[in-house]
Amino acid sequence: MLRDITLGQYYQADSVIHKLDPRVKLGTTIIFIISLFVFQGAWGYAVAALFLALVIKLSKVPFQFMVKGMKAIVFLLLITVIFNLFLTPGEPLVTVWKLTITKEGLRMAVFLSIRLGFLIIGSSVMTLTTTPNQLTDGLEKMLKPLNKIKVPVHEIAMMMSIALRFIPILMEETDKIMKAQLARCADFESGNLIKKAKSLVPLLVPLFISAFRRANDLAMAMEARCYRGGDNRTKMKPLHYEKRDYIAYAIVACYVILGIAAGKLMPLLVSGIIQLV
Amino acid sequence: MPIILDKVSHVYGQDTAMAVTALKNVSLVIPDGQFIGLIGHTGSGKSTLVQHLNGLMKATSGSIYFNGEDIDAEGFDKKMLRSKVGLVFQYPEHQLFETDVFADVCFGPKNLGLSKKEVELRAYEALKLVGLEDAYFYQSPFDLSGGQKRRVAIAGVLAMKPEVLVLDEPTAGLDPKGRDEILDQISRLKKETGMTVILVSHSMDDVAKYVERIIVMNKGSVMYDDAPREVFRHYQELEQIGLAAPQVTYIMKDLQDHGYDVSDEATTIEKAKEEIKSWFARLSAVGKGR
Repeated sequence: MLRDITLGQYYQADSVIHKLDPRVKLGTTIIFIISLFVFQGAWGYAVAALFLALVIKLSKVPFQFMVKGMKAIVFLLLITVIFNLFLTPGEPLVTVWKLTITKEGLRMAVFLSIRLGFLIIGSSVMTLTTTPNQLTDGLEKMLKPLNKIKVPVHEIAMMMSIALRFIPILMEETDKIMKAQLARCADFESGNLIKKAKSLVPLLVPLFISAFRRANDLAMAMEARCYRGGDNRTKMKPLHYEKRDYIAYAIVACYVILGIAAGKLMPLLVSGIIQLV
Repeated sequence: MPIILDKVSHVYGQDTAMAVTALKNVSLVIPDGQFIGLIGHTGSGKSTLVQHLNGLMKATSGSIYFNGEDIDAEGFDKKMLRSKVGLVFQYPEHQLFETDVFADVCFGPKNLGLSKKEVELRAYEALKLVGLEDAYFYQSPFDLSGGQKRRVAIAGVLAMKPEVLVLDEPTAGLDPKGRDEILDQISRLKKETGMTVILVSHSMDDVAKYVERIIVMNKGSVMYDDAPREVFRHYQELEQIGLAAPQVTYIMKDLQDHGYDVSDEATTIEKAKEEIKSWFARLSAVGKGR
């Protein structure tokens, strides 16, 4: 039942993007997301689309996988579009009953849905091509300087990777307990809100118990192997920048410059051409 | 009430790149009152199969008939089906949630909409059936031992008075004593109530002693479906799919190979003992004759 969620899933493939250092991918994703809000006008988004298409092509992950992640936010997207469409003040375009679609509203709605869509696809490219372990490793190394101001970076990264690792396990567990209670004729669907909330007790109590049991087992297993935090701890697969990582950074820098330039210069260029003609 | 499976197939994640066929054209007839062992290696599809029996999973193709009615037909009462086909999952003690044992066992019958009196009567009967002592009835289920928790969980399903009881690996994670106790209890239950029991396991030794029919699953299809000793004749094929005949079968086969005139049809230690005893009797009879 719950197996179909793909958001945050890893897709195994042999591609340049998969091989990149997780720090590069993390950094690029953040820059990409910021760029979506900095770039202005259709030209900026055209550059972003081009960049995204290039990365997806290189990653060898089927496009349908990324669209699947989109399904989760369709509802959110719809609400954003509708609100922007009808509630932005400006030059009226169409009026239906009391609702008015304005030119600015239309513009906002289109740009926002592009932004949100690109944001989701962009970040799912990262999670699809990076294992959770690599991701937390990358994050740990990126945030290492914060250690100086007594931020427990290693512990945070460890907690993150454990949490990520446990999501599928707990999902499977929920599925199992749900089925076990359904086999005892439990009813999770009918009734009013209070009744529905009450019907979740037979699901949540065993789920919490099992989560605590697993946490306890894991803690024991870690202690049995003398695990103790981050000081002087070495990695099995240390992260090193390689040539391809520097090239990737260079490409990202080009992308940002190109995007800003396109947003600023292209409209001038176009109006210039129009004036000339 | 008989259950009939007609060419049931199940595919996980259909229409994706990761589609896995868990069941392939499984056709079975489960008549009333049989004691059946369902055996297969991990991933052979046995757990998937039993979840089809009470409608928790829907067959990708094929149909399942309970008492002559298609369970996937519109308007079929799934709740009724689940109360008639009681399914006890692996590690059933993980489903316990109430504050005391008795209340937890009441959960099933309460969901059937019975009167309070009937619910409590059934819970009491079920707890008695699994042999739990009265002293434990009002304790927290989390304070009990592993074997006791499992009994409570089985009672939770029995309290719905199912006509078919399906147990998925009821002995997993128990020590030998706990395992024998649970299996003996189930066998006694079968005799007392006369219900159909399906025991899912990967251990032939567990099953051989109790059941009258064995269904061997391999890679999602039924490989053998016969009386235990007929199935164990194929012990070499069973080994190839990661299973084995009961240990006594091997001993009897070895004895045969060494020239002793014993039958290799014994599947339990008791039967093997009788066979060897009778061999000695024959031997001394021959000796006296001489």
